[in-house]
Amino acid sequence: MVEVKPNHLIKVKRNQVFAFTMLSLAAALTVLILLAIVIYVMSQGLSVISMEFLLDSPKSMGAEGGIYPAIVGTIYLVGLVILIAAPIGVGTAIYLNEYMPDGRFKSVLRFATELLAAIPSIVHGMFGFLFFVIALGDYTGGWSILSGALTGVVMILPIIIRASEEALRSVSNNLKEGSLALGTTRWYTIKKIVLPLAIPGITTSIILAIGRVIGETAAFLLTLGGSLLLATTVFDGARTLALHLYLVAMETGNTEMAFGTGAVLIVLILIINLAATGLFKLLVRRFSA
Amino acid sequence: MTNQKESNAIIEIEDLDFYYNQTKALKNVSLDINKNEVFAFIGPSGCGKTTLLRVLNRMNDLIPKTRVVGKVQIEGHDIYDPNVDVVQLRKSVGTVFQKPNPFPISIFDNVAYGPKAHGIKNKKELMEIVEESLRQAALWDEVKDRLNDSATGLSGGQQQRLCIARVMAVKPEIILMDEPTSALDPIATLKVEELINELKQNYTVVIVTHNMEQAARVSDKTALFLNGSIIETNETNQLFTNPKEQETEDYITGKFG
Repeated sequence: MVEVKPNHLIKVKRNQVFAFTMLSLAAALTVLILLAIVIYVMSQGLSVISMEFLLDSPKSMGAEGGIYPAIVGTIYLVGLVILIAAPIGVGTAIYLNEYMPDGRFKSVLRFATELLAAIPSIVHGMFGFLFFVIALGDYTGGWSILSGALTGVVMILPIIIRASEEALRSVSNNLKEGSLALGTTRWYTIKKIVLPLAIPGITTSIILAIGRVIGETAAFLLTLGGSLLLATTVFDGARTLALHLYLVAMETGNTEMAFGTGAVLIVLILIINLAATGLFKLLVRRFSA
Repeated sequence: MTNQKESNAIIEIEDLDFYYNQTKALKNVSLDINKNEVFAFIGPSGCGKTTLLRVLNRMNDLIPKTRVVGKVQIEGHDIYDPNVDVVQLRKSVGTVFQKPNPFPISIFDNVAYGPKAHGIKNKKELMEIVEESLRQAALWDEVKDRLNDSATGLSGGQQQRLCIARVMAVKPEIILMDEPTSALDPIATLKVEELINELKQNYTVVIVTHNMEQAARVSDKTALFLNGSIIETNETNQLFTNPKEQETEDYITGKFG
């Protein structure tokens, strides 16, 4: 047996206690920061929240009135972004993971996706402004929900592609081979085995993307137009809640109204995250029957 | 065609080489396997027996950078002919894998998976196929009351028999088995071996096994593989009791492997 010096044992134990204390403090700090922000925003904003606030149009640049158009704008924008980005993103992930042979082109594509994810959102906004708002202005309506949505699509595609690929990759090769060995086509195997098992992960990726769009400001500042009017078509300008918060705070200085918007935004994101977790669990149960 | 020899070989392999990248995994393999015969591939790990099994229904196509040189005929057709429909080939040459791989769906849906994929929609017809396949796989009595339960809840041995039923449901000619009992306990192994004995009445079975006793128990003929080549092929009892090659004798007496 190796001889252990008595001091050594004490030292090892002390190190362990120290390490776990620091780790638990770090974890506690994260929760505290989150709580502090949520409580602060809520306490500042809750006083202005009412039915009128949620359902009225803003007056005096948002210093008074409600935030209804921003809520509608957010829903339109998120809906349109997901409608365009989800099929493209999931489709790309399926192609990359299930069809495309390994090789240089695939590595380049993966690397490009990583890079796209790393581009700061204000740069996406600049690109969206020059390309979708100005160059394609005749088709997108200039500053509009459509221009904003297309910019948002470019921004969140990498998120959906990467997370969906992860989900697809986690489907065991044994099951795929089991299906193919029964004389089924690749597409049938993807439809019946791979996609059902990957659906929970794919859904999560899409909900993460929704969260990103809701929270984004910079990319939409330059593309959405920031209109205070209620949008009726995708060619109208609009503003999202996050954008509204920014513009109200910067242009009117009414922090109360800004915090009210912030509170609504936080609640919305909380609901989406809870829904995502719930949906994930539901889908896992549904498909692993 | 130069089919001089009048044989009832369902699988004819001629001068087959197989490459993973630059590595030659099978060297100059020639082998005939007859209809309704249980044919065992034995040999140490990495000797190429699983590779050859996967050549027979082109599952190796799924592995990038693999290459086949030589000729493999099944029922007289060259299966590496560019015009061959791989999907059809795999329909008539089914595989039971080393690790039971039931789909995470119901027992019924597992067995009905293949027939559904091949266009059978009629519920009654599907039910008949499922029952017949499960009976053939000697699993019917154990699962008939819980066909809608998830297949992943079955024991390992039941899962493997379910996978065999799943293969039989597409009515193949040949069933390939890649160490089908290596993940099973002795009792479950015995059941699968009994099943293999039943199977040869209707199917040709090619089985890869590590276990020489198993080869001796279930197979009619055996081929011994070493380093990608076939050392000896013979009637199983001949090969084990009266080996012609020194290497065969060394292997079956446990001098290496």
